[in-house]
Amino acid sequence: MTLTCIMLALLFAGGLAWRAENHWQGSAKWLALIALALLATVFAVFVMSASNDFAQLQVLSRVSWIESFNIEYSIALDQLSIVLIALTWLLAIICVLVSWHEIQSNVGFYYFNLLLTIAGIIGVFVAVDMFLFFFFWEVMLLPMTAIIAIWGHENRQFAALKFFIFTQVSSLLMLVAIIGTGYFHLMQTGQLSFYYPDWLLLDIPLSISQYLMFGFFIAFAVKLPSVPVHSWLPDAHTQAPTAGSVLLAGVLLKTGAYGLIRFVIFLFPQASLQFAPIAATLGVVSIIYGAKMAFAQQDFKRLVAYSSISHMGFVMLALFTFNSTAYQGAIVTLVAHGLSSAALFALAGMIYQRIHSRNLTDMGGFWHSAPRMGGFALAFAGAAFGLPGLANFIGEFFSLVGAFQVMPAFTIIAALGLIGSAIYGMVLFQTSFQGAAKQEIIDLQLRELLICGSLLLMLLAIGLYPTLLLKFSFGV
Amino acid sequence: MNVLLASLPFYPFLSFLLLIVFGKKLSWRLAATISVSSMAISALVSAILLFELSATKNQVMTVNLWHWFELSNAMGSSDVNVRFYLDGLSAVMISVVTGVGFLIHLFAAIYMKSDANFSRFMAYMNLFIVAMLILVLADNLALLYLGWEGVGLCSFLLIGFWYQEPSNVLAARKAFIVTRIGDTSMAIGLLLLFNSFGQLNIEAVTVLAEQANSLSARTNAESADNIYWIALLLLGGAVGKSAQLPLQTWLPDAMAGPTPVSALIHAATMVTAGVYLIARMHGIFLLAPEVMNYVAWLGALTLLLAGIAALAQTDIKRVLAYSTMSQIGYMMLALGAGAWSAGVFHLMTHAFFKALLFLTAGAVIYALHHQQNLFKMGGLLKKLPFESSLFIIGLICLMALPGTSGFFSKEAIIAQLWSSDTAGPMLWWCAILGALLTSIYSCRLFFLGFLGKARFNENVQLEKSSLLRTSLIILALLSLFGGLIPLDLTLVFSSVMNLPLAQLTEPTWLHTVAIITPFIGMVFSWFYFKSYRIYHLASKEHILQPNNGRFVVFCRQGLGFDGLYKKLFIMPYQWLAQINKNDIFDQIMMLNSWYVGLWHDALVLVQNGSLRWYLAAFGLAIMLLLGVSLL
Repeated sequence: MTLTCIMLALLFAGGLAWRAENHWQGSAKWLALIALALLATVFAVFVMSASNDFAQLQVLSRVSWIESFNIEYSIALDQLSIVLIALTWLLAIICVLVSWHEIQSNVGFYYFNLLLTIAGIIGVFVAVDMFLFFFFWEVMLLPMTAIIAIWGHENRQFAALKFFIFTQVSSLLMLVAIIGTGYFHLMQTGQLSFYYPDWLLLDIPLSISQYLMFGFFIAFAVKLPSVPVHSWLPDAHTQAPTAGSVLLAGVLLKTGAYGLIRFVIFLFPQASLQFAPIAATLGVVSIIYGAKMAFAQQDFKRLVAYSSISHMGFVMLALFTFNSTAYQGAIVTLVAHGLSSAALFALAGMIYQRIHSRNLTDMGGFWHSAPRMGGFALAFAGAAFGLPGLANFIGEFFSLVGAFQVMPAFTIIAALGLIGSAIYGMVLFQTSFQGAAKQEIIDLQLRELLICGSLLLMLLAIGLYPTLLLKFSFGV
Repeated sequence: MNVLLASLPFYPFLSFLLLIVFGKKLSWRLAATISVSSMAISALVSAILLFELSATKNQVMTVNLWHWFELSNAMGSSDVNVRFYLDGLSAVMISVVTGVGFLIHLFAAIYMKSDANFSRFMAYMNLFIVAMLILVLADNLALLYLGWEGVGLCSFLLIGFWYQEPSNVLAARKAFIVTRIGDTSMAIGLLLLFNSFGQLNIEAVTVLAEQANSLSARTNAESADNIYWIALLLLGGAVGKSAQLPLQTWLPDAMAGPTPVSALIHAATMVTAGVYLIARMHGIFLLAPEVMNYVAWLGALTLLLAGIAALAQTDIKRVLAYSTMSQIGYMMLALGAGAWSAGVFHLMTHAFFKALLFLTAGAVIYALHHQQNLFKMGGLLKKLPFESSLFIIGLICLMALPGTSGFFSKEAIIAQLWSSDTAGPMLWWCAILGALLTSIYSCRLFFLGFLGKARFNENVQLEKSSLLRTSLIILALLSLFGGLIPLDLTLVFSSVMNLPLAQLTEPTWLHTVAIITPFIGMVFSWFYFKSYRIYHLASKEHILQPNNGRFVVFCRQGLGFDGLYKKLFIMPYQWLAQINKNDIFDQIMMLNSWYVGLWHDALVLVQNGSLRWYLAAFGLAIMLLLGVSLL
């Protein structure tokens, strides 16, 4: 019930912010910030005070929605979704902070879209009725597309359209798979059901389940994204406003990984196992290809976008090795990448605000005038190339250690990604902050320090004391 | 819980934090005091720890700071902790790191005084010490890897400290990426190691490896294979960090950093991390004698290659860089031959005299207004007598003249090569040839820089700070008498002592040859480099110029490795990146949109709104339909 209220409150706060901005200029961002902080606290209190530890999926509410198809409004929580929702709250607040001065037009509507996206994302992480899940999947998509299309950079319409079509086409396949599985439930038990716990009990023969699994897999692989269906991401990330990029890289990609875990691997274990070699290959290819593409970019945000593809390759590889260490590594990578890529995009936004360019050739020698920014940039680039002591290292190390036990050859190739990441990390940091000072920029302000500082602190905390995350079993 | 041991890396860390947070707000005096005193405390604590360690029974001290994480595989799970392990070997390392580190900090505080970013410089130096201490104190390989990457990052930051100069930026990038290649090899080694033993703890792994080795024949073959690969992959990490073949190319370029950095990181401490790694993992390496043999050969080849390259350099720091490379080659050779203690001993004495050489070179470069070209020096013996005499001390240690610290350690290595199982007479000859080269390039360096007539016009600027001189004098004393420090590592390498010694009879002339070799080199140089020595002998018009023959230039550039790697790796990668800049997968995906667009255009053409066209199409269609239905 609390969760439903939180989502409705987000929607309400969004509407309120939209209206309020028309009457009092500058009120929307404060409203959004307060609402997010408040609701995040409510969520935290709710989870802390709950009597169980959410090691298993806990169904929180089940209400009938569309009775003729036995579709329900049912939501549940477990450790996996709690961790991802916590990440969502954190990055949502960061999003509001990075948008503080950046968004100047249609401000009210912008925050409405932002809060709606966040409500949708939370819905995706909690829905256990598959139809409801699909509903939230779409709710999350539309305002996100709007954010890119309205407040994005020069090529925003194209990027938004590309993002929308990629996601729509792939989620159409998912819809087919959802209906197919529901229909199979009807055949096997005599009743139509879209309820996830019901589906877990199904015994689907491999010949059918491999197709069903594939439908889900495609949708989530596009979202993750994995090579060869990744190409919406560089455009969307580059063209989106800073908050859009933060949200995309930080959380939206994670819905793909979440889907892979919950609706591909746990729902179709046999079919996934059979599919594992292909998926792991895609993961390894993503790691290497993403790193190579990142190196070739001239655009700060595009470079970070391709590095995301590389990092998500680790997640894909780790998940499809069916090893518990690798699984833990995948989840730590999700959180770590959420923080580090969000931080890099936020930095890109801060630089853009100062020099109105994302092009690396326009940058150089910023360290001279903005040493604090340089320090943070180095730390976040370090996180991206897996510097031990920061969270990403734990994620990658666990993924590799686990994966090595199952697929040593693949893992060795994946480990070469460490070299690739060092190369693009160096290019990113050195071309922007080292070299001859091309122009002077203002160093970080208090608000920006707060953003960078909190993200770095989280990265360090997880990197040095990963028990924070690893104490959860995440349903293994 | 041993608080002293646990706190050791935190003094420099605290100083790092203070310097980074307050940055330029700190005055020079304050920043220097904070950073140098933190190092002084560390050195003091290390001394106390050394004393405490000798009092413990098995000469091991451990302290657990916190639980880092837990890893599991099929064999069960094992804890990976932030836990420090101090034994004889790490004790040597922490003494060198904090002791020599302190002296270099002291020097740097004065040497870098006028730099605008002084506090940032000292902060990096402190951070480097933190990472290095973690590296040598780690009780497991994951924590060691943390320190390993940490020193790499600090090295990167310090090489590129003057980041506005593009060449420095490139040198820093090169150093980081080349060592990262080694690091990746090491990381894969860790994966394999954990997979084979289910442990990352160094002690436990050593025990398990020995157990696995003594198991039945079938499992033995498999585990021996694994151990072979583990040792080889770890060696990959070691050659990267220690600038040995084939990953040696970054070290000469790393001289772009300020001179105290070259002394601390690229001579005394970080570059010897590879040596430390192999010595630390000697339990694994002993079970893979083939790899020990590779280690010895890599060391010997690097030793010769670097010696030849050093002969052709014109930059004083690059001579020293190649010399460092070649001295680490000696250490590697020692490790490969199983002369563990000798290798570590040489590591220590080398840290003393190479730090001295670099710092004195720094003082000379400073005195000559940042002139590093040897061919523009000359006659410094008269102009800078203090620096020159210290430089001479450093050089005689480097050449291993009898009585100096270098002599004790180098002779200890050479003495064990001939009859070692994994080395042998061939490698002994390599070491002797290397010693000859060392003495020749040292003499060349000395003649060019310090004898003859001055080849510069400016006045020398003298730095007469007593603190700076004190640090140099202490280093000089250590270089001269450091060979007398009793280094007892028998407990660390106890398993080695049980090895059956090979029954090779050593010829009696071995030691004589080894001792005489440097003198032969000196005599040779005395005559061969006559023109360098007595510059005024040459005719008036003749200006002393480096030989720019093709072969000499080839040697000066490190025997062509840079060019080779550029063609083999860098250019293909860049080419691949360039050719696929638009992402082939994206283009394939966008074909869909092109296809849709094509139909769009075609259909737009049809819907042109003119009645004539519609009527014609209508008629044509009816005719077609009729035709089809009639047929």
